[in-house]
Amino acid sequence: MTDGLRGKVAIAGIGNTRRWHAPGRSAYDQLEEASFLALEDCGLTLGDVDALYCAHSTSGLPVLNVAERLGLGPNLRHADGTMVGGASFLFHMRSAVSALNAGQCDVALICYGSNQASAGGRLVPMPDPQPYEAPYKPRYPISSYALAAARHMHSYGTTREQLAEVALAARAWAQMNPDAQERGPLTLGDVLGARMVSDPLSKADCCLVTDGGAALVLTRGDRARDLARPPVHILGTGVAVSHRQIAQMPDLTTSAAAISGPAALREAGLGIKDVDHAMLYDAFTICTLMFLEDLGFCAKGEGGDFVASGAIAPGGALPVNTNGGGLSCNHPGMYGLFTVLEAVTQLRGDAGARQVAGAEVALAHANGGVLSSQATAILGTAATI
Amino acid sequence: MMPEDPRFDGPGPDARWQAALSEGVFTIQHCDACGAAQFPPAVTCRACHGGALSMVSASGKGAVYSTTTVRSREGAHNVSIIELAEGPRMMASVEGDPEAVRIGQAVTARVAPGEPPMVVFAAEGAE
Ligand SMILES: [Zn+2]
Repeated sequence: MTDGLRGKVAIAGIGNTRRWHAPGRSAYDQLEEASFLALEDCGLTLGDVDALYCAHSTSGLPVLNVAERLGLGPNLRHADGTMVGGASFLFHMRSAVSALNAGQCDVALICYGSNQASAGGRLVPMPDPQPYEAPYKPRYPISSYALAAARHMHSYGTTREQLAEVALAARAWAQMNPDAQERGPLTLGDVLGARMVSDPLSKADCCLVTDGGAALVLTRGDRARDLARPPVHILGTGVAVSHRQIAQMPDLTTSAAAISGPAALREAGLGIKDVDHAMLYDAFTICTLMFLEDLGFCAKGEGGDFVASGAIAPGGALPVNTNGGGLSCNHPGMYGLFTVLEAVTQLRGDAGARQVAGAEVALAHANGGVLSSQATAILGTAATI
Repeated sequence: MMPEDPRFDGPGPDARWQAALSEGVFTIQHCDACGAAQFPPAVTCRACHGGALSMVSASGKGAVYSTTTVRSREGAHNVSIIELAEGPRMMASVEGDPEAVRIGQAVTARVAPGEPPMVVFAAEGAE
């Protein structure tokens, strides 16, 4: 029975370096600063951490690198370096929830850092050859998302204008977030006129390339209540994996978010209508649109109409990607943890001008690879327990 | 020492696929147990999880399942996902004008020589 996990673990602290362009700082510098900030946020220190969760695009041994660097080795009782791309950190969250509940650890640190923007072309990702796709020279990863977008357009009549609405909504939210990198005006004409990269996706359909660091501290709920900040409870989590190469995705118009989302909601004992605020990993505009459908915010094929109605923009029925998302706030290589940071910020009531009034339940959804891995977390305030 | 299991003797499926391609033959796998067609090749069947698969010549018939034009300073080229008549899908390119490729279009495979050789597709009826 997984029902017993509902709300038992809480996010006690969050850390965000807000350094989107930081030459001279390594990925580990970003990760370490974010970890320090997250522990300080809840009144703990690195000395309290006994469980470590991390993933890197440039290291196959992230737990070893981070444990040594942060001096966590002697106290470590649980660790997980699962690497499934940008969704890794929500997979880690599910792993940490289990370990904390089982009493295998008491203070879990989930952390990430990247210098993707300032490293420029010098960042060397871990090799992962794909001999059945590489000869055709798709541009990785955008061509994979473009193939999904093209099929969605073919099957459901989705238009480039509708995809552009996703970028416009993200920018409108970013304009209310002083931490967002891109806050300038953006028009439909700007998006549609942007340079085409892999049809039907243009540069304006793509997330930013930034640096950044993020971290979460998780404890059991009873302990979180005694820490410095109001706990945000993890009501449910769900994970799903469907393919590695885009040609092997079972249905290009439906992601495994259709599995991870319902699983997380089941664990939380909630329905999609109970969600007040949603963070949907927007590596490309098509992602937001597909996840809205796959998670059940609208029916399959109706994502285009849903976003064109203004539903996800400020003032709409469903606040989505209120930090500005990967499209307008930040995107340091793997963005998954930032969906959780914004959800926690909203549930704490700390989101300033972009605060969603009365937000009690938030959904954070992360994507990895090329729509390959999907992970959903349902978070709630103390009032939801 | 236990002997190796003879059912899995010989070159692995990826090596056999490449070897056939080098001879100009585009192959896929056929499951001896459940009849499923499979690509990319593997040791076990992803449909029934059995371990008895044969490498067979593909019909070469298929249809475009999705398509994109990849653009760069060097020009534009097509990248498509082809749904083979046997069922599996694969990434490939459709020859000719990249912007003329349409989802649903019938295509036929050929093995283009090179290092390594590649399976490419042409629109049916195209020269
Ligand atoms: Zn079979």
